[in-house]
Order: sequence, then structure tokens, then C-alpha cells
Amino acid sequence: MRMYWWVALGSGLGGMARYGCTELAAAWLGGAFPWGTVAVNVLGSFAIGFFAAFSGTESRVNVPAEARVFVMVGLCGGFTTFSSFSLQTLELLRDAAWLAAGANAGGSVALCLLAAWLGHASAAALSRVPRGR
Amino acid sequence: MGTYLAIGLGTALGGMARYWCSGAVARRWGERFPWGTLVVNLLGSFAIGLLAGLAALPVGDGGPLLAPDLARFAMAGLCGGFTTFSSVSLQTLTLAREGEWLHAAGNVTASVLLCLGAAWLGLAAASAALAIAKEA
Repeated sequence: MRMYWWVALGSGLGGMARYGCTELAAAWLGGAFPWGTVAVNVLGSFAIGFFAAFSGTESRVNVPAEARVFVMVGLCGGFTTFSSFSLQTLELLRDAAWLAAGANAGGSVALCLLAAWLGHASAAALSRVPRGR
Repeated sequence: MGTYLAIGLGTALGGMARYWCSGAVARRWGERFPWGTLVVNLLGSFAIGLLAGLAALPVGDGGPLLAPDLARFAMAGLCGGFTTFSSVSLQTLTLAREGEWLHAAGNVTASVLLCLGAAWLGLAAASAALAIAKEA
């Protein structure tokens, strides 16, 4: 049960940060393309990749299970969103903005995977995970 | 400030539900493939489509069915906290690192296409419900 409180705290903070970021992106870059959702998903994917490697079994750093759940399931999970991504892609499709819809779906997937890999690789280098795996 | 509290509360509740749901699915269907994350993203995408459809509806006095703060609590909060993109990225990366290329590609493709379909179904369900309510 205690883990649920860590998830709730992390998710709540992550969700408020997500809202702030998407509002800011919409104010700066306009609402025609969901830049804010792309940005939070890429940042959150980098963070979860980083923390997964940093706190993983191959790392020399010892991180308690509570911290792992707080950061990865809570903060990163609450900060990123798949539902807004789906709805916004659907709205672009309905507006016949095919290129934007395709770029949003393909770009989000490609950039988030790249970000998770970059996060993982940089934490692996920092915490000296043996190479080759 | 009230909006931020509504989002924080919604996301906290959504995140706990995600933790429970993805864990329950993983225990039932195994952890070789990230079924739990796929299931929460499907459910959350359906729900946000449904809410977007309902929120747009004007009711008797011309205001929307869902007040703006309530809609944000439910959509950006509950649905946003319930679904996750970071876990999809990490789990796909893990599958790829283990050489499970087919599972990695299948996870990404299924997540995007099925969740789009789920959001569309949610919107369609809202439209259908509204049409029935108008006739009644």
C-alpha cells in the first residue's frame, strides 16, 4: 500500500508539471500542433531511460525500490501521457491535417525511443554499467 | 492555481489506478510483453475520446456539459495520469535490447494504432449517446 502513495505523489507532481509545460508550449508556439505533448513525452522518456539504468541491477548506485517507483511510475508516468497524444493525433486526422498527424505519431514514437535510449546510455556511462549489454 | 490542484489530484488518482491495473494485467498475462501498459493506454485513450465528445456538448443553458475545470480534471488529470508514454518507450527499448525486435515493433505499432482507434471509438460513443439523449 505504501508504494501507492509514492506513485500518487510522483504522478500528481508530474501531472502538474505536464500541464504547466503544455500550457507554456501552447502560449509560445500556438495550438495548431501539439508541441507541448511531444515535449513532455520526449523529456519523460529520457528521464525514465536515465533512471532505469541509473537505479538498475547493473548500476553501482544503490537506489531503494520506493525511489524507483516514485520516479519511474510516478513522476515519469504522470508527466507523460498517451491519451492526449491519441486524442490530438485523432483531431489532426479529423481536420485532414494528414502530414501533421503523421508527423505527430511517427515523430513522437521515434523521438521518445531515441530519448529513452539516450537517457539509458548516459546513465549507463555515468554509473559505469559494464559495456556490451 | 485551482486548475493545478485539480490536475494534480486527477493525475495522482489516475497514476495509482495505472499502477494497480498494469500490475494486475502483468500478473495475469505475464511480463514478457508489456500488456499492462498497452491496456491502460487503450482504456485511457477511449476515456479521453469519450470525455472530449461529452465536454463539447452544450446543455440546456448553452454552457458545456462538463465545466472547464471538471473537464481538465478528468482529461488532463485522470486520463493523463492513467496513461503513460514513458513506460512505452522504456519497455520498447528493453524489448529491442533483448533482441525481441518483433515484439518491440509490435508494441509501438499496436500502441499507436489501437489507441487511436480507442480514442475514435470514445468520440463515436459520445456522439451516439448524445443523439439518443436528444431524441428522448
